[in-house]
Amino acid sequence: MTLLLQVQGVTKRFGGLQALTQVTFDLPKGQILGLIGPNGAGKTTLFNTINGVYHPEEGRILFQGKDVTNKMPYHLAKMGMARTHQIVRPLNELSVRENVMVGACFGHENQSLGKAAKIADEVLEFVGISSRTDQLAGSLNVAQKKRLEMARALASHPHLLLLDEVLAGLNPSEIDGMIQMVLDIRAQGITIIMIEHLMKAVMNVSDRIFVLDYGEQIAEGSPNEIANHPKVIEAYLGDPKLAEQLMEDD
Amino acid sequence: MRNWQKYIGIILPLLVVAALMLYPTVTGKAAARETAFTILKAIALASSLNILLGYTGYVSFGHIVFFGFGGYVGFYLFSAQGLSLWVCILAGGFSSGLLAFLLGKAILRLRGAYFALATIGVNEAMRAFINNFDLFGGPTGITLNFKAYLAYGGAAKALEMAFYVVGGLAILAIILSYIIRTSKFGLGLLAIRENEDAAEVMGVFAPDAKTWAYVLSAIIPGMIGVLFFFKNGNVEPHDAFPLHASIELLVMVMLGGQGTVLGPILGAFAYQGMRGYLVTSDFFKDIQLSVSGALLLIIVLFIPAGAVGWLRQRFPILRRVLA
Amino acid sequence: MQQISLLLASLPDGILLGFVYGVAAMGLTLIWGVMNVINLSHGPIISLGMFGTYLIFIKMGINPYLGLFIIAPVGLLLGVLIYTVAVHRVINAPHLSSLLATFSVNMIIIGLGTAAFTTSPFNVDFNMGSVTLGPTTLLGTRLIAALAAVIATGSLYLFLYRTRPGKYIRAVANNRAAAELMGIPSSRILALSFGLGTMLAAISGALIATFFPFSILSGGGYELKSFVIGVLGGLGNPVGALVGGLVLGVLEAIIPAFLETSWVPVIEFGLFILVLLVRPKGLFGAKQ
Repeated sequence: MTLLLQVQGVTKRFGGLQALTQVTFDLPKGQILGLIGPNGAGKTTLFNTINGVYHPEEGRILFQGKDVTNKMPYHLAKMGMARTHQIVRPLNELSVRENVMVGACFGHENQSLGKAAKIADEVLEFVGISSRTDQLAGSLNVAQKKRLEMARALASHPHLLLLDEVLAGLNPSEIDGMIQMVLDIRAQGITIIMIEHLMKAVMNVSDRIFVLDYGEQIAEGSPNEIANHPKVIEAYLGDPKLAEQLMEDD
Repeated sequence: MRNWQKYIGIILPLLVVAALMLYPTVTGKAAARETAFTILKAIALASSLNILLGYTGYVSFGHIVFFGFGGYVGFYLFSAQGLSLWVCILAGGFSSGLLAFLLGKAILRLRGAYFALATIGVNEAMRAFINNFDLFGGPTGITLNFKAYLAYGGAAKALEMAFYVVGGLAILAIILSYIIRTSKFGLGLLAIRENEDAAEVMGVFAPDAKTWAYVLSAIIPGMIGVLFFFKNGNVEPHDAFPLHASIELLVMVMLGGQGTVLGPILGAFAYQGMRGYLVTSDFFKDIQLSVSGALLLIIVLFIPAGAVGWLRQRFPILRRVLA
Repeated sequence: MQQISLLLASLPDGILLGFVYGVAAMGLTLIWGVMNVINLSHGPIISLGMFGTYLIFIKMGINPYLGLFIIAPVGLLLGVLIYTVAVHRVINAPHLSSLLATFSVNMIIIGLGTAAFTTSPFNVDFNMGSVTLGPTTLLGTRLIAALAAVIATGSLYLFLYRTRPGKYIRAVANNRAAAELMGIPSSRILALSFGLGTMLAAISGALIATFFPFSILSGGGYELKSFVIGVLGGLGNPVGALVGGLVLGVLEAIIPAFLETSWVPVIEFGLFILVLLVRPKGLFGAKQ
């Protein structure tokens, strides 16, 4: 079992605010890791730190065995890491195809424009927005922009994919479609970390779950273990007694 | 799509330049050559600025500093050191590129308005510096000894030659603009323009890409500067670094449509044409700047994408054609 | 020793001038702080203030300091007009748009001004006597201008912190959307803020006219100084603007003692770029 990502003792501070404290976990290749926690727990901050947008004050991050703690996002992209954002960032004045081509051209495969265009068409087909290929990215609706964000990340054929709340704002049928897509992506051999709020979805899709609260990891384990973990319940519901009551009423 | 249609994005601009170069021969008037020279110069400068402004999205209010600095260096080498004009032109381009490289390292990390202010600051500082720089003649500048023209067949022939050179530089600028626009490097620049952070996450080495864009946008203005001062026979600090000329470049790029190859060319053409008319008309002569200002305001408020940009938005079919 | 006495002689003058620079800069930073717009028509408006004093004093024979009471409201109205016509539409657009919009106003004013006044220098010879303190001679005009600057600053402060419109302005500066939700008419407040900014610019121009000869293009130099001061003191910070102005005034007084005067702009801009790089939020931090 090769470890794709190793996060060791990562601490991130913003002035007086401690956003992440001693976060530590390993991620084997091919796994889907669900990252959950209440709002403000530091999930996106953790992504930003893994991705090179932030650099931790303490700790190390190893990607494919190499120390990437202080690397910039573009270095990590060139090593095969890709991510989506919670608030999507389409390249508005470029066409959908061009958006995806950027992912293919500047990812670790460093494709030429011609090859990138072909990959873009394939990936757009996969995520289901190939009818919009020539439209300007800014003209898509939110759900389509989310798929575009996914397509851009996939176009680079990453080793590790960080998904930040890809299900937010989708209706139930769209959610099912997206979940299936995530599973299909894993089937292609891509390792995934998913930030998600939708409990049912993340529990069903993830191999393992990692729980953050106020920047600290409070639990880690299989979905079943996490569902019954008192600390997790307390973090989400605040009062373990109430949680017990709710579970009994079920 | 047929092959020739794909290349309209570059063919049209080249046709415009060709037309301008033939214009004086066709009309036979010397004044026509002056007008064509000014427009060709504007085309070359605007296309170069477009690399930084239109493709990369970094607004430079002081781009004229490369025209002035490269021009000064090359002109100094020509008049004081007697080097051949061609070497001097290349030197001008090279020194502007070098300046852009060093400056870029310093100011390209600034975003948006701060970058724009910094470029104004750079232009003004450079002007003040050259004003004090005795090697370049200080406030009185450098004046050419007319004998220098003899090596080029005399003053009249030299002027004619200068005209063809500026046409050549305009063509060079267009080709450079086109190559960048249709390259992978260009795609990276566009990504930076749209969302620099997202571009970095996708793997675009933004700091390097921006620096190269800046350098490439500075070389031709530097070369043009040398040629322009050669043609005029002298240079003074306030001629070399006119801030309002920088802004006029901006207007030209925005008028035609930033981010396209054709846009700045049309913009330069239209703007210089309008200016030419205003300057000769008695009524408008004094308020020529006001008219330009009003025009810029209208563009900014109502058609921010410029003419070509507007066309691309309205008629998506044209998008592949109007690169 | 001669250096030191030269210094002592010019230092107080520099400080007094610095007060006026501070007011000019405040006009720029107020607009920046409230609506994130850099007013590139700042310079020409300063020039208009200068010509205002000229017209009021030379043509109408009114004391320039009384003339301030005319110039101020005119400056305010001009700002409201500029905001409504040029800035309002692009207030939410990317920065480039508002930069270009205000710059086009700059061009319009300069063009009209050149046509009306040409670019030859004008002069307002207004003598208020002078006061000699040791090695220094302080011109009366400078002293009064500094006083006017302090009064203007104080009034601005009181306005922003003790009146209701002032509170609205601070609310909008802090969070425009939230302010609107609370019923504050943000467009009108933005127009008012812009007007206050241009009013300060006009006032500073009116005062400067009593010091030096000027033309329609002179404002540009003070606009650039305002950028430097704004960046030094933190764009959006009025106190910073005043302090920045004093720093600049002092620098301008000191530097000629050691270098040729023509190096002053170079040093100012070197400082400008240095601060932008090292602490883009300014030495005092941006916004209140």
